Formats: sequence, structure tokens, C-alpha cells
Amino acid sequence: MELDLTRVEEIIDKYRDERGGLIGALQDIQESFGWLPQPALRRLSEELGYPMNRIYSVATFYKAFSLTPRGRHVCKVCMGTACHVRGAPRILEEIERQLGIGPGETTADKTFSLDIVNCVGACAIGPVIDIDGEHKGNLTPGKVAAILKEYREAT
Amino acid sequence: MLIPVTINGRTIEVEKGTSILEAARRLNIYIPSLCYHEALAPYGACRLCQVEVESGGRKRLRTACEYPVLREGETVYTDSEPVLRMRKLVLELLLARCPDVPILRDMAAEMGLSQVRFETVGEPSQCILCGLCERVCNEVLGINAICFVGRGAKRHISTPYEANSEVCIGCGACAYVCPTGVIRIRDIDGRRHLRFWNTTVELASCRLCAEQFAPGPSLLTAQGRSSDLEDILTLCPTCRAERVRLQLAMAHKSK
Amino acid sequence: MTRLASPAELEQLRNYIVSQRRPDRQWVAICLGTGCRASGSEAVSAALRNALLERRLAAQIDVVEIKETGCQGFCERGPLLVIHPQNIFYQHVKPDDVEEIVEETLLGGRTISRLLYRNPESNEIVVKEHDIPFYRNQQRLLLAHSGEIDPTDIRDYIAVGGYSALPKALFTMRPDEIIDTIIQSGLRGRGGAGFPTGRKWRSCRNAPGDTKYVVCNADEGDPGAYMDRSIIESNPHSVLEGMIIGAYAIGSHQGYIYVRQEYPLAVKHFRRALEQAEEYGLLGHNILGSGFDFSVKINRGGGAFVCGESTALVASIEGKTGEPRAKHVHTVESGLWDCPTNLNNVKTWANVPHIINRGASWFASIGTENSKGTALFSLVGKVNNTGLVEVPMGITLRELIFNVGGGVSSGKAFKAVQTGGPSGGCIPRDLLDLPVDFESLTQAGSMMGSGGMIVMDQDTCMVDVARYFTAFLMDESCGKCVSCREGLVQMHRVLQGICEGKGRESDLALLQDLCDVVAGASLCALGTTAPNPVLSTLRYFGDEYRAHIHEKRCPAGVCKALITFQIITDKCTGCGACLRRCPQKAITGEKKQPHVIDQQLCIKCGVCRDVCKFDAVQVI
Repeated sequence: MELDLTRVEEIIDKYRDERGGLIGALQDIQESFGWLPQPALRRLSEELGYPMNRIYSVATFYKAFSLTPRGRHVCKVCMGTACHVRGAPRILEEIERQLGIGPGETTADKTFSLDIVNCVGACAIGPVIDIDGEHKGNLTPGKVAAILKEYREAT
Repeated sequence: MLIPVTINGRTIEVEKGTSILEAARRLNIYIPSLCYHEALAPYGACRLCQVEVESGGRKRLRTACEYPVLREGETVYTDSEPVLRMRKLVLELLLARCPDVPILRDMAAEMGLSQVRFETVGEPSQCILCGLCERVCNEVLGINAICFVGRGAKRHISTPYEANSEVCIGCGACAYVCPTGVIRIRDIDGRRHLRFWNTTVELASCRLCAEQFAPGPSLLTAQGRSSDLEDILTLCPTCRAERVRLQLAMAHKSK
Repeated sequence: MTRLASPAELEQLRNYIVSQRRPDRQWVAICLGTGCRASGSEAVSAALRNALLERRLAAQIDVVEIKETGCQGFCERGPLLVIHPQNIFYQHVKPDDVEEIVEETLLGGRTISRLLYRNPESNEIVVKEHDIPFYRNQQRLLLAHSGEIDPTDIRDYIAVGGYSALPKALFTMRPDEIIDTIIQSGLRGRGGAGFPTGRKWRSCRNAPGDTKYVVCNADEGDPGAYMDRSIIESNPHSVLEGMIIGAYAIGSHQGYIYVRQEYPLAVKHFRRALEQAEEYGLLGHNILGSGFDFSVKINRGGGAFVCGESTALVASIEGKTGEPRAKHVHTVESGLWDCPTNLNNVKTWANVPHIINRGASWFASIGTENSKGTALFSLVGKVNNTGLVEVPMGITLRELIFNVGGGVSSGKAFKAVQTGGPSGGCIPRDLLDLPVDFESLTQAGSMMGSGGMIVMDQDTCMVDVARYFTAFLMDESCGKCVSCREGLVQMHRVLQGICEGKGRESDLALLQDLCDVVAGASLCALGTTAPNPVLSTLRYFGDEYRAHIHEKRCPAGVCKALITFQIITDKCTGCGACLRRCPQKAITGEKKQPHVIDQQLCIKCGVCRDVCKFDAVQVI
């Protein structure tokens, strides 16, 4: 796959002199590409001297990172305690049923990725989901289908 | 600086910073452990070596492999009731994960643990996640072929991307330190197979007799660390012995 | 902007800034905290900006400044808008309301009653923010300026007295004096454990080594807690000022703030605060001409709850996986890069400038004997006034939940309040008169924690709550030690079984053993406190466990395997809404005839209950 490695080089330069900068570099790569492509990690290893096993261990430990490409729309269901008490599990189940995937997975047509997060801090309008950074609150299982349709049909 | 510590009623003086586990060994007191190895930094993952340490009137459970003797007046109990209870429960949890691992069964027999009340969740495993293999590869040898992957219940140990390792030298240190025997190494048709790591390493041939005797990368790594050894390291043990015999014979003759 | 080179120059600047502000001139504070943002406050702000611009161009109105503030606290009523200096509080504001607000209130001096707060008990309208019971019953110290200042403008912070503790500390107090003051104040760590802050600072100061670090723990992993985020989003300088003072007292020249990755706005605001503080000479080299150097770096978390634990946090800053290590050697002696490191929570740091400014005795006069100062909570769940609250330590749970919180939403019976996050426990109705302080909560089987306070009503299943927390911790466990990793897996399996109707009598004894080994053999506080939710629910709600196990019944009507959805024939109008939406086609019925749910097909998703306008679907 085509990868714009210039962005990776920029990130590497930014963290070249940062002691313990591995996680920051990975976060920047994740933000830039939406995931951590292997070639990017190899460049990181070559330039900053972290062995691949160390990078892989860190990349798989933290939930912020994805080692596979994500869908066009990332849907994060808040499963914080307040949302849980207000029925978040039912929302998650409904989304899982509609999309056919579980948390951490991406639909086959690459439209949606599903994640669980713990507390986005919008407890007053729970249960809440975050789709592409936008919060949809006061949800009920009945409202899920319409929201997913809206995003599926968006360009 | 020497500091006295009392273990099960017996006192010994040890260098400040010595672990309780080491101090106990000098007294021939055996504290069970699975993730400890003298050659590696202590890790504290298996929790089996927990003992009661009484300090300033308070008793607390501490991992003997890591807890350093730093001050006088500490008393250690390695077989008290709370210690034994915890040990058994920890072992029971391990057996739920790894029901068929011989060393765990042996320990269970010794501790009188006959029944495991916990069900195995998911596939039974042979790996107890002690981390000895990872520590020997990374900390001692500096090869960095394997690592812990993921976290929590999904934690496992593997090569990056679970793929054939590009840096493994096939030395087998990981298999050597593994307490369960799950890391198996087989030499077949000129290649060393480390199936647990999805990795194969080419075996090098002896420059005299062509026998394939050791992983090529291991030899190269050793040579890289000490250039004097190049001569020796390109010969198989038999030819090496023959070479040394000849050298000794010539040295003797020239006297 | 030349860097301020002395306290005198800072005071001069402060006076100048204040003199430029006209106290009689109207200005509008719009809450752009994450909660209100999620409810659309950005659009309200944009609409207001446009409306004002139009009128300014038409010379109809003087300059009315709009300040986009951080979280104002009353999240339930968001989007929030407060008009100063009148202190008029408008709630649930929509972009469509903006025109009217400008015409009626800003220009016309009249209030719009539909946007005003109405007291649910007395039905009286309350115009001013200060008079609203939610705010009146609090003691807002750390949150004092949250709704009034622009978090991206350091001058706002200076104008309200910010950065007055810093020169006082740097120029009139010795490091040991500062530490004594913190000790005498009685300030205890606000991250959860409540360790005396002054003592920690002293240990770190006394630890051997020239290089020392101060760290701010802004990982705030407790699900349902967002106090730390709000403070950083709305008043980042208050935390920074505390850190600089602490660093000076301890002898550190490098600080770190570790913010969880899920808080991009907090990171953005703190980054801006660092830039501005540097610019003004309040951070960096030779602060205010004192000769003291101190810098701060921002590290983002990677989505791991365990990194809220101090040794795991340190490992994360070092670029490693968040594996905690045993604390035989304390972080204050050997922490980040093996150097003495002082780690404190956001709220702990934010208290420091207040203590320096007003003195240890003033601080110690708030709160109780052993728990001084205020406590911040995110009061959420089944509570009417969901939001961020700050109250003096020692207030009772009843006062907090009913006076400040306005009681249980949904009008149902209060069942329990959960505090301390996944390390805490549930406190039942009988203990509502417990004072909120460190010791009382711990003795009741919970803990203060970082401040999440979740209210639960009769529709909350306590076994499900225990299962929820256990599942959370199982997912977040780093996996290093056997007891935590395997123990939580087993605990979850047992709890799951109970919730699915497969519970056995022996499960209760098994759970107790599991709780013992996880608490007793685990490496770090995530593990050792993990059993608390289970233990506290077993202690106070044992009956619910027994109902699930022996009677295969879920009294709260939550556990799917133990409940059925049924249509009440008398109420059903046969409209067919549920039939159309049922994903399993489990509902049958003729038009205008009562419908029926086929229990064999029903998957208990709850959609039918959601869409029914006649309240005809019941859960039994």
C-alpha cells in the first residue's frame, strides 16, 4: 500500500531527541494515518533505535493504537459507569447487531470501526456514543439505526 | 554492609539489598517460585514466592524474589498459614490457565492441592507468562527477538507480528530457561525450528567437515562480540577438538 | 510580550489588565466544556457571535464580549450561558434562542423565562446563577473561576488573582517553609489514596539526588469521573501554578503532566497554558527573575487505565508498556528515570496556590478533622442535577445527593451511590448520612477515589454493577501478575454465570476466595483494590446475589437471562410500532389488537420498550 513516508520522517525528527518519546511518536503516527502501518514502525525502529519487539509490545499494549486500518467512520461507545447505569450495554449490543462486528473490529466494507471507551465526560446526556469526534447522546436502542444510516450515507 | 534478617526463626547476615529469596536459599530454606532465575533481574509475576514480612509490628505479604533486605529487625515467615493459603490459591489460578503443565502439577502435589475449582476460560495454555524467555533474550543477550504482546487476559508472548523473527539467532536460551517446556527446538534438515516463535533459523556448516552444527546467526553474533573467536566458531565441536589437539601437540613438540 | 522579570512587573501587569476591564459592561460566558459541547454549545457560541456582529455593524450595541469557558458544572442543564454582570443563568440554550437573547436580554434588559432555571420543588424561577441551589450548596474553591475565565488566555487568570501565590512562594518563602505550610494545611492527595501531600513533598525533597521530577497525574481513568478534565480544560494555569510552587519546594526543574489520550481538549488547553506561561516569564528559565528554572512537558496516555497507577504512569512516560512495579522502593526516592519523583493528582496541585495565598490554617478550617479542604465530584448516574460539584469534606452523602444533586432522577427510589471508581464500592441507603471524607468512605467498604460519584436507583442491578467493574478491570489489567490477570478472569466468569442464571451456591464461597487472592497477592493497587466492587455489593446487597442464584431472579429487571419483556394487553393499542422495529420479528398481532412477544425469539434488546408510546411494554 502507498504510504506517505514524509510524514513519518517529520514525526521521527520531532521525537529524535525526546527521551522516552516512543509513545508520543506512535500517537502522532496513529493520528496521521488512522493506524500504525508496519513500514512506519520499521522506519521508527531504524531511525530512533528502538528494537521492533519493543515497538510492537508498546503498540499492542495501549488501546489507542490500531495495527490494522480502521473504517471510514469510527464509532466509540461510552461504557463509563454513568452511561452503563443508563443502559449503554443495550446500545452497544444494538450497534453490534446492526454492524455485525464487535469492539475493536471493522466492517468488511470498511465503513465502520467499533470501539469501547470509558467515559467521554458527557455523562449528563448518557448513554453517549462518539462518531468521528461528534457526540450523540440520550440514546436508546431505537435511535441507533437512524444514526448509523446517516453516517453510512454521508460522503 | 551486612544486615541481619530472621527467616523462620533462623537469622543470617546478608549484604544490604539481598533479596529474601536469596537469603533464604543460603539458609537452605526453599521458597517456591516460577518466574525467578539467578541470572535475570527479578520480575515478580508469578506471585508464588510471596512470604510474610514482619516489620515494625506489621505483617505484610511481599514477593521474596524482589523484596530487598534493607533494614534490621525484619522477620520473615515462609510457611505461615496466610502464606500457604495465598500460595495455593495462586497455584490454583495458574492450573486453571495451564492444566497440563508438569511443573505446576508437581507443585500442586507438594502443596496438597488436589482439586482445581476454577474452569479453564478459553483454550488451555502451556505458557505461564513468567517472562523468563523474554528477559533472557532482551536483557541478557540483547537480541530483542520476542516480547510480551497485548495486555490482561489476552497477554501472550511472541515475535513482532507473530511472524518469523528477523533477529532470532536460534541460541535456544529461551528454551533453556522455560519452566514448562513449551518452547521446543528441533533441528531438521539444516534448519532450527522454533515453532513457538513461528521462526526458523539456518544452521551453519563446519568449514572443514560441512556438518551443520549450530545456528549461523548465533555464531555471527558471538563473533561480533569477540573477534578472536572467529577461528573457533566456524568449526564444529569435533573439528574444534581436533584442532585444539593438534595445536597442543605442536606446542608440545616445539619445546 | 517581554518576559516579566520580577513580581513587581507582574503586579503592574495585573493592575493594568484589571483596569482595562469595565465591570459594568455586559459580557457572556458560554460553556464549552466537553459536556455542553456534546450538546451543541459551539453552535450557540457561533450564532451569538454572528448576531452580535450584525448588531455591532448596525451600531445597535456596544461591544459585548463572549468568553468561551470550560465546564461550568451544571452539565444536566447544558448548553449553559451566563450573562454578566447580572449573573443571569440560561440553560438548555439552542442556536435558535440566540436572537431572542440578544434582543430581549442584552439590549432590552429583560429575562426570557423559558430559558431560566426553575426549582423543581417550589416551581420558582431563579434568575441568578449564584442563587441556584445546585451552586449555592457548593463551596467552589478549585472551580471558582471555571465558568468565568477564558482558559486560553492567561490574562484572565491573572486578572482574577492567578499567579499571586507563585511570587509569594518564590520570593518570600523558603522551600522548607512551603513544605511546612502544605503539611500544616492537612492537604491529602486527591488521586484516591489520600496520602498527606506535604509529607510526600518532604520525602522527595530529602531523597538523595540532584535531578528530581514532579509529575501531574491527569490520567483520570475512573469511568464516570471527569473532574480533572474539567479543571484542566477550564483553568489549566491553576494546576500549573501549583506545580511550579511544588517544584520549587522539592528542588525539581522538570515537570511532566500525563493526560489521558481521550482528553484532546485538555491537552490543547494545557499546551496553550504552557506556551503563554513561558511567554510571560512564569515558566522556563529564571521565573520572574527568581533564578529558579522549571519546565513542563506534556505526555499523552495511550488508553490504559492501569497508567493511572504511579509506577505504571512513570513507565509510560519512559516510553514503555504500563507495567507497574513493586513499591518496595518508593517513587519519591526512585521513580522517573530512577530519580526521586513527586507525583500528585490534578486537584492536589490545584489546591496549592490557594493554600499558599490564604495560609494553612484557612485551609484546615474547611472540612473535617482528618480530611481538610474541599472534595470535587462528578455527580452522575440516576441523579437530577448531573454535573461537577465541589463541596467541603464532611458534607453527608444525603446532602450531596439530595441538596446539591436534586435527588434521584426518574423519581424512583435511591438504591446506592458508587464512589472510588473500580477501586471503590457501593454505599447503600442506610448509610446516606455518612460524611464524605477519606476514613468514613473506606470504613464503609468504598473509598474517596478520584471523585466519580454514581447514583443508582431501584432499576440498577448490583450484581450487574459488580460484573461491570470486574469486566472493566479484567480488560484493563496489564496482565503481569497471575493473581490479578487470572483472578479477574475467574471472578468475571463467576459473576457472568450468576447474571446469566447459571449461578450455584458454591459461587459465593468461590468469589470470596477469589477476592482474597486478588486482593492479597496482586502487585499493584489495580489488583489489590479490584475486589472492592464485589465485596461491597456482597456486603450490602447479598440478597440480590441470592435471588439471582437461588431463585434465578433479577429484582432490578436488568439481567437479560432472568427477565422477560411482556406487552400489557390493557395498554397496548395495536399500533404496530414495536412489531415493525423488532429485530427478531418476535412480535405478532393484528392492527388495533394487543400484540404479543414470542419469548422464544425475543433477545431482550429493549427496542420495543423504547418505541412504545403507550408504556405498554413491561419488564418482569
